[in-house]
Amino acid sequence: MMMFYWVSLFIVSISFAGLLFRLVKGPTVADRVVALDAIGVTLVSIVALLSLIIETEFFLEVILLMSILSFIGTAAFAKFLERGEIFDRDPR
Amino acid sequence: MRNSWREGRFSIEILVDILIILLIGTGVLFSAVTALGLVRLPDVYTRTHAASKSSTLGVLSILLGTFVHFWFNEGIFNTQMVIAIAFLFITQPVAGHLIGRAAYMTGIKVAEETVRDDMGPAIEKRKNNQQEELENE
Repeated sequence: MMMFYWVSLFIVSISFAGLLFRLVKGPTVADRVVALDAIGVTLVSIVALLSLIIETEFFLEVILLMSILSFIGTAAFAKFLERGEIFDRDPR
Repeated sequence: MRNSWREGRFSIEILVDILIILLIGTGVLFSAVTALGLVRLPDVYTRTHAASKSSTLGVLSILLGTFVHFWFNEGIFNTQMVIAIAFLFITQPVAGHLIGRAAYMTGIKVAEETVRDDMGPAIEKRKNNQQEELENE
């Protein structure tokens, strides 16, 4: 069982490297934001697998925090790309 | 071994392990598919498609496997995991949609292989409607 967790962590880490490639190379800013969003989600699964390997339940609190922070970051980036500012009073 | 079989603990543990392996295997497969799509696909919109759908399913399966492991093997019912699973299930497609919309509004071109584009005519129509309303006032 522990071997299976290690192999899963290895494959997820390889896919993490692929996402990093897109983050570095991506021709436009939107590509990089897509890669950052996917990196946040992949970090969540890496933390879950690590908590399975180390056999502790204290990492599980990190998962909720990371998913919330990743979504807020992505929403802020999308708004910044669209309008050029994050907080505005212009109702549209 | 025969004693534990008769008590029923052995078979339950094996069943739970099979369930965990199925869930985490699915999640790892979809994570790999996400990375493959982000590296290989041609433009932002198709990459958003890969990143939002398959990464959502992948992380959901891995979190469900972790949740089942901690519930049945360790006896810990972690409520935060349930909240995290629901939150990711709701917000991850929304994030993909936000990025795609922002990319279109910024004026990033679609790939050459694209067959049809419904967003451009819709934006034109909306702009024309707004102008007509302004003229009527």
